[in-house]
Amino acid sequence: MADLNNFTIDGLKCLAREGTSIIDAARQNDQFIPTLCNLEGVPPKGACRVCTVRVNGKLMTACTAKISQGMEIENQTEELNEMRKSIVEMLFVEGNHFCPSCEKSGECELQALAYRFEMTVPRYPYFYPKRNIDASHPRIVKDHNRCILCKRCVRAIKDEKGRSIFAFLDRGFETRIYLDPDLAGQLTEERARKAVEVCPVGAIMPRGEGFKTPIGRRKYDRHPIGSDM
Amino acid sequence: MEKPVIATASLAGCFGCHMSLLDIDERILDLIELVDFNKSPINDIKEFARECDIGLIEGGCCLDENVHVLKDFRNHCRILVSVGECAIMGGLPAMRNGISVRECLEEAYLNGPSVRNYNENKILPNDEELPVLLNRVYPCHEVVKIDYFLPGCPPDADLLWRALTALLNNRKMDLPYEVFKFD
Ligand code: SF4
Ligand code: SF4
Repeated sequence: MADLNNFTIDGLKCLAREGTSIIDAARQNDQFIPTLCNLEGVPPKGACRVCTVRVNGKLMTACTAKISQGMEIENQTEELNEMRKSIVEMLFVEGNHFCPSCEKSGECELQALAYRFEMTVPRYPYFYPKRNIDASHPRIVKDHNRCILCKRCVRAIKDEKGRSIFAFLDRGFETRIYLDPDLAGQLTEERARKAVEVCPVGAIMPRGEGFKTPIGRRKYDRHPIGSDM
Repeated sequence: MEKPVIATASLAGCFGCHMSLLDIDERILDLIELVDFNKSPINDIKEFARECDIGLIEGGCCLDENVHVLKDFRNHCRILVSVGECAIMGGLPAMRNGISVRECLEEAYLNGPSVRNYNENKILPNDEELPVLLNRVYPCHEVVKIDYFLPGCPPDADLLWRALTALLNNRKMDLPYEVFKFD
């Protein structure tokens, strides 16, 4: 058992294998650390900063930092949740999130975090950026208005040679997700489904389908994200 | 004792939020006992006859007239509440925010498939009685100070009822998860 580490989350005694990321270790101990960009089983990115925790007093992203013996982690504190809420608010004003007309509504992780943090209105002014919808692919529709640039699609959707089918195009405020033209054909039905699934928001949607689940029965209609832990 | 007074307005909204307010079922009888209504499309009172305690605003600002009405509400209401997605963030009308006003008008009156062959003189509405479109749709809190925000499209009737009774009784709002939604 030499490789098992003791640590605490909000004072609670926890146990995990040395070298596990804090976010995975928390999951294994049934503790919810909110995140938007992290995906179990996919290399972490530290892109969204929503999983920020305090480790021995220092701020770190729980997806990239690893557990070690004796760590004291603060997670569900007012300070951290307030910072996380402000990140969620930035994401709402930075894109165009018209939830009432979004097919992902009720199943969207960004929206679910906003619910969890009881965001009534972002504290920042809305940008209303001009962004496009790209419906050129036969299997998916990309709505850049909703993309939060978490890179989940880039990291999780690969062809058989391990090449990313999705990529980032341009820089800064212009950054957007795009399909590698040489690999777009490799977005099989199965990979397209998976892309829709891994996208935390409604930026990758399947063609010809939407609003399938009635209101009231969608994933986050009744229970906040993270309440299963 | 005098009853608290409520005023309501629909700016760039669809009246869905007002319908949701009416959707509180039999509690509407309690509401009538609890409050008086002043300026509101519900009773068709067009001008403020007195100062009000609570103003409920549906819809964002899409026209110069919306701004005028909203400022009038701010001047006459002690507490002003943005009700629904349109008041809070512009809502679906704000989908035009990346598009120029000219392009919107041309699509609506000259080029759209339902008008293309019928507007022979290529007229855009230009009567000076008509309110003017703003360059974009503005959330209410970007125009005046707003005290509370009730999300939803429309906000659930229960959410509205809970929020209103909390405000009337000077209680903290307790908004349950199942009715706190953006759609
Ligand atoms: S992606 Fe999520 S937050 Fe954005 S509009 Fe859709 S449901 Fe709302
Ligand atoms: S498309 Fe979705 S998964 Fe890809 S970067 Fe944007 S939000 Fe993330």
